[in-house]
Amino acid sequence: MSEETITLEVTRYRPGHDREPRAQTFSVPYRKDWVVLDALNHIKDRTDGTLSYRWSCRMGVCGSCGMMVNGVPKLTCAAFLRDYHPGPIRVEPLANFPVVRDLVISLDDFMEKLRRVKPWIIREVEKPVAEGEYLQTPAQLDLYKQFSMCINCMLCYAACPVYGLDPVFIGPAAIALGYRYNLDSRDEGYRIRQPILTEAVGVWDCTFVGECSVVCPKGVDPAAAIQRSKVAGAKEWFMSMLLPWGGR
Amino acid sequence: MTTVPRRDRPGFYYPKPPATWWLRRPNYVLFMLRELSSVFIAIFLVLLLVQIHQLSQGPAAYAAFVERLRSPGWIAFHVVALAFALYHSITWFNLTAVVQVVRLGERQVPPRLVAAANFLLWGVVSLVILFFFLLGG
Ligand code: SF4
Ligand code: FES
Repeated sequence: MSEETITLEVTRYRPGHDREPRAQTFSVPYRKDWVVLDALNHIKDRTDGTLSYRWSCRMGVCGSCGMMVNGVPKLTCAAFLRDYHPGPIRVEPLANFPVVRDLVISLDDFMEKLRRVKPWIIREVEKPVAEGEYLQTPAQLDLYKQFSMCINCMLCYAACPVYGLDPVFIGPAAIALGYRYNLDSRDEGYRIRQPILTEAVGVWDCTFVGECSVVCPKGVDPAAAIQRSKVAGAKEWFMSMLLPWGGR
Repeated sequence: MTTVPRRDRPGFYYPKPPATWWLRRPNYVLFMLRELSSVFIAIFLVLLLVQIHQLSQGPAAYAAFVERLRSPGWIAFHVVALAFALYHSITWFNLTAVVQVVRLGERQVPPRLVAAANFLLWGVVSLVILFFFLLGG
């Protein structure tokens, strides 16, 4: 009995050889419980061992398997073949990022931006370990919890036309994470972080297309974080204009 | 903080979005429409200013201006401008609900409720204006 198959059109790019990426067609078994990542693994194991792509957890946690599936940024470990039946399925590297090879994109730009927003707890004075943890109530946790769910998969960057047109934009996830620490009751870094978020290439570059929040697999809603940071920034600017002793 | 201009790394392929990028996803098209709506709203406001100016030029000038607005072209423009204004307002109210977090005590008021309150207020204000309009007309 011949098994049903589905066609994948996979982007190939060999640095140093190809001038630009091209699509290569593969036929893989169609299984209802397979995700696009399973199909890629099948190709790599059985058909072409040189196919390059990133993945790790296979359960939507590590954030490394993001690719464009039929033009939409997706975690390929969560994109079921059955949702694209009968195919063909186009698998491309995440949009808006430099392509290193095949489906692998360069993370350098995102990593630099992530560091820039200082996504960690900043204290004016660290208290000694002996004094115990910084405590937090469930209500204080609720304030930022949603924004802490980010897995750095960068799907939001692939969905953002502003980032695509001008990659200096610091971008959705970095802002959402900066905002997350600004909201954290244990953090004292607002004064350091907020100027970075509200600089020209920060929140004000965003024109609120909103697609970042649509594609986010974790419900982070980076668009909301950006707009709220804008409101906070604008409020502060007004206060600093109105009051002699400055904002906040 | 200054950003260092990006230098392309040899071997990497740098994609460039085509001029038609905004046709790729429904949300991009809606976004472009929202941006475009401002053009129509701006034209409408200029027209309104001209109309107010005509009012100061005496009844005859004003009547002539209003008569010109009755042409099919201007009526078509107003229908389109109204559609854009409605689209802009509705999306704006839905967005403000997401942006402006309203809290009652420790709980966040659901964004949908905030949007509903916005729409209600909008409706009431529109009715009041309509009332005065009918009163005057
Ligand atoms: S905000 Fe969402 S889409 Fe963006 S990197 Fe984080 S998890 Fe991924
Ligand atoms: S493999 Fe880890 S998120 Fe998909």
